[in-house]
Amino acid sequence: MSDLLGWLNDQLLRMEWLSDLVGYLLSAAGLDVAGPVGGSIHFFVYDVIKIFALLSMLIFAISWVQSFFPPERTRRILGGYSGIGANLAGALLGTITPFCSCSSIPLFIGFTAAGLPLGVTFSFLISSPLVDLASVILIASIFNWPIALAYVSVGIVIAVAGGTLIGRAGMEQQVESFVYAAPVIDGEGSMSRGERIVYAGDQVREIIDRVWPYVLVGVGIGAAIHNWIPETIITALLGQDKWWSVVLATVVGIPMYADIFGTLPIAEALVGKGVGLGTVLAFMMAVTALSLPSMIMLKRVVKTPLLILFLAVVTTGILAIGYLFNSFTHLFT
Amino acid sequence: MIIKILGSGCRKCVALGENAEAAAAAAGKSAEIVKVTDFAEIARYGVMSTPGLVIDEKLISSGKVLTPQEIARLL
Repeated sequence: MSDLLGWLNDQLLRMEWLSDLVGYLLSAAGLDVAGPVGGSIHFFVYDVIKIFALLSMLIFAISWVQSFFPPERTRRILGGYSGIGANLAGALLGTITPFCSCSSIPLFIGFTAAGLPLGVTFSFLISSPLVDLASVILIASIFNWPIALAYVSVGIVIAVAGGTLIGRAGMEQQVESFVYAAPVIDGEGSMSRGERIVYAGDQVREIIDRVWPYVLVGVGIGAAIHNWIPETIITALLGQDKWWSVVLATVVGIPMYADIFGTLPIAEALVGKGVGLGTVLAFMMAVTALSLPSMIMLKRVVKTPLLILFLAVVTTGILAIGYLFNSFTHLFT
Repeated sequence: MIIKILGSGCRKCVALGENAEAAAAAAGKSAEIVKVTDFAEIARYGVMSTPGLVIDEKLISSGKVLTPQEIARLL
């Protein structure tokens, strides 16, 4: 039974048949896939096809689920919880709502205007870019299920803990006043089955249209790391024995803006070169949860002290996770 | 008539703007299309998912791209 599951996992999720097929075709074309040039091309072609294929299917499935949770409904659900349960609900609902940081600001305004506690809204805002079902399945595809599940769990923990801390800080005055003045409209059109399918299809098109350059660049960088940069250089910079590796990965990742789908191939290549799992996860989380464009957008609705608190809380969480995972890497291999 | 498109410039906002323009033209009405990209301004309409469609200061839809036919029925 576990053999069958393992086989399904290898062939359907990791698409090993595709790796073999690409390798076979490239060899037939006269390329040496064991060499650096052929190896790079193999990594690039295989990863690009795999990521786009998985991405399309996953976005379709998740958008379909998401169509049952329009923002108005999410807001109503969250309003029904209190205390840490509300933060947890916020973090969990964040996993099935938008992939784009551009949609989180209107959500922030809508939630806050309706009187949801700041801490709950931030739990949602942290988890929304950090953890989504598509990224979890992609992580399972590239690494394995234990790592994917560990990633979700720690992502949710950061979102709950971060939101709770921000909620305790009494920063209600640090939100721009127009946010509280926004009207709360509670209309909610329900969709028919056909409309959900159309909606999910539209989401696939829109998201692929937005993320494809990041995926190509990410896979390109991954392929370069995979075959051209000597392992000694990478481990000298980011090796497990270097105490600064997690800090470096986080600091480099924070200003960068990319979708998790673009960072995964880089993460894959880094792990292949002996970089610690915690360091790689810290990099991925820093890239997706925090970025210069999202900070600039957030600055429009919150004042500087709250923005700095948000940045500090999330950065601390990411660093903690990086060191934690590096200490427990042996559990995941 | 003033048609406002609320949204931070995503592809859907552009599509909605074009559909609104087509609907107004088909209905033979002169409409001014205004693109609202400022969050503070968008928030004033209570919109949580963009793009939003506002006709003469009344919020018509949010989070979806209506077809020219759908908009024409609302004009």
